[in-house]
This record gives sequence, C-alpha cells and structure tokens, in this order.
Amino acid sequence: MRDFALHRPASVSAATAAFAGTDGEAAYLAGGHTLIPAMKSRLRMPDALVDLTGLGLSGISKEGDRLWIGATTLHADVATGASVIPGLACLAAGIGDAQVRNRGTIGGSIANNDPAADYPAAALALDAVIETDRGSFAADDFFQGMFTTALAESEIITRVGFAIPQQSSYAKFRHPASRYAMVGVYVARHAGGWRVAVTGAGTGVFRWTDVEAALNAGSDTAGLVLAADDLNSDIHASAEYRAHLCGVMLKQALATLA
Amino acid sequence: MQMTLTINGQDHSVEAPAATLLVEVLRDQLGLTGTHIGCDTSQCGACNVLIDGAAVKACTVLAAQAQGAQVTTIEGLGSTDALHPMQQAFREAHGLQCGFCTPGMVMAGMEMVRKHGTKLTPELVTHELEGNLCRCTGYINIVKAIVAGAAAMEAQNA
Repeated sequence: MRDFALHRPASVSAATAAFAGTDGEAAYLAGGHTLIPAMKSRLRMPDALVDLTGLGLSGISKEGDRLWIGATTLHADVATGASVIPGLACLAAGIGDAQVRNRGTIGGSIANNDPAADYPAAALALDAVIETDRGSFAADDFFQGMFTTALAESEIITRVGFAIPQQSSYAKFRHPASRYAMVGVYVARHAGGWRVAVTGAGTGVFRWTDVEAALNAGSDTAGLVLAADDLNSDIHASAEYRAHLCGVMLKQALATLA
Repeated sequence: MQMTLTINGQDHSVEAPAATLLVEVLRDQLGLTGTHIGCDTSQCGACNVLIDGAAVKACTVLAAQAQGAQVTTIEGLGSTDALHPMQQAFREAHGLQCGFCTPGMVMAGMEMVRKHGTKLTPELVTHELEGNLCRCTGYINIVKAIVAGAAAMEAQNA
C-alpha cells in the first residue's frame, strides 16, 4: 500500500476541511473494508485519508415512520439494533462475515455503491432518505450506477432514514468467497405500495418495476423474468443465470416477509 | 507517524507509516507473531484480533485506527503455562492440525462467546465461522473445540 497522510478529525466540518485541503486525491475512511483492500491492490492510491469514525455518526433511532441509522454504524450493530425492520436487520447480519461486520459501516457501503453491495437494495426498497452534511437525497435519486452516487466531492453521509414498511425481506445468493450478492432482491410492502430492489445483477442497484406493479395489482409474480440484456455477465455467472437467480431470490424474499 | 497502541493491556509507542496495517505492527515491530497473515485479503481470519473485545481482521485495519482502543492478540489470552479455556479446548478437542489458522479460530471463538454467550450449538458455531478458513481439519474438531471452550468459560466464571 502506498503511504498517505492520515487525518482523524473530530467534527464533520474538520473532516470536509481536511478533505478539501488535500494536495492531490483525498478519500474518506470509515470501516475501511472496501477501501483498504482497494488500496492494497493499488486500485486506489489516495494521498490522504480522512477517518470519519470520530465524528459521532453512529447510532440507531426510530423517529416517526422512519428508522434512522448513523453513517458509521457497524453492520453488526444494525444486525442487532434494527429489529423494527427485520428484513434490514437480516440483511446486515448477512454482509461479509462476523469480523467484517465488526468494522464495515452502512454509510461506507452506501457511499461506495458497489453494484453487488447489499445496503443499496434496502435503501431503494425502503425508500430511504440519505442525509448528508449539506442536504439530503431520496434513494431513487442517490444511486446512479456502478460506484456512482449523487454525492458531491467531499460530501459526507451523516445518516440514512429507512421508511418502516409493513413487511419486508431480503434474499441473496452469495458469492461463496467474497459473500457479495451475485443477486440480491429486497422486497418491501409499504402502505403506499410495494417496492422491489435488485442488487448484484446489473451495473447498479435498480427497482424491478414489473414485479412492483404485479404485487400492487395482487397478481402472480411467478411468470415475471428480467431481461438478461442489461445484466452482468462475468466469470462467476452469465447474465441469463443472474436473470434466473433474480426470480428465485424474489420468490425466496416473498416467502420470508416479516 | 507516531502512534500509541494498547496491546494486551500494555501501551506501546510505535513509529510507522500511516499505511501500516495493524497486523504488520503486531508482527514486525512488536514481535507478536501469534497473529498470522494467511491471505491478506480479509478472507481467511488467521489475523483475527480483538479490538475492544470485538474480533476484527488485523490485515484490514490500519494500525493508526487502533489508537485509543484495547487490542487483544492471542498472546494476551493465555500463556504457555496457563492456557485460556478457549485455547485449552482446542488442545483437548484436537481442533488443529498445522496450527496456522488456530490463533484466528480461537479469536473467532471469543467473538462467538461475546455475541452469543457460553452456550453455543455446533450449528451456530459452524455458521459463525464463515470468516475463518482452515485447510487441514475439515472444521469438525474446531467446532467441537469452540463449543467446549465456551462451556469452559462459563464454568470458569461460575
């Protein structure tokens, strides 16, 4: 890993100042479980890292009809602390492994927007609000394809507010080594209708609108198949295989709504 | 950069580049070679240590990130003369063959007790071990060792 300057600020304003003041490339560090491996392989070579874990952005609270989770809340803490949305707690409990869940953060996952990450599917299906140091985004506007989000340069996610659904569930087919989703489907039933989000299958998380419409109409979803044209194809799975997996994961998620 | 790390209850002043991993400081600077590097890609768990009691992969934590926290390595659990109950259980259940993954497995066992208490089932242990790889044993005796080690910790505290 190439060396860098490390900043460990104690406030959001100090963090953005350290980021903006970097001569060269700066990057924010939360749990580091994506960034540090990327730096080891020199996919990323930032000149400065700004550690966000000292900003006091951890914690889970229910406010009205939303569950708010601080950006640096660990996956392990969401797994035990988000029981008001069992599907979300279950999703967090299935990220990586026990040790990874003790370091990885929800804000890091959402800001990185890996096309196979789990949290973006929950954010989209649970109509999340992503709050930052300078505003907020609806999840529908936030995720913009592979590793791309609506975040501006140096903008910091502070917390994420998930709409508490009537029922929801997440099913994923895990890559056996990386544990990322080959395909993951998050299904949520809200008072205003169903939202269904798919991760792992395409170049970024997306809503499966045909299924949402079928569920809203009370009709059978068994015959609905995603077109493989826009799905990922790699050494792990072909686009056709992923398209099939989407249907299987949808069925599993619908069978485990809670 | 200059950093102060608290390892096994003892403060250490360390001078190392910011890019230094926790496992590198433990092994190369402090001589605590019980923490192993198996994959260096956060897959295998051989580098597991406890930070404030929680198991983490020391190959994916910067040493500087561990400042201000209590780090426990396998050397801090027990000694050759007085093994920790979790270590003793690995010995008795023959939960190892080559031993390379063992420090990380023991730490994974500690994490399970922290999260689930001392009454562990083989099913739970098998599931919770997903972040640790062993290439010798087939895991059967490791699972037995962790179940027994957890029970022994209960007995010790009783």
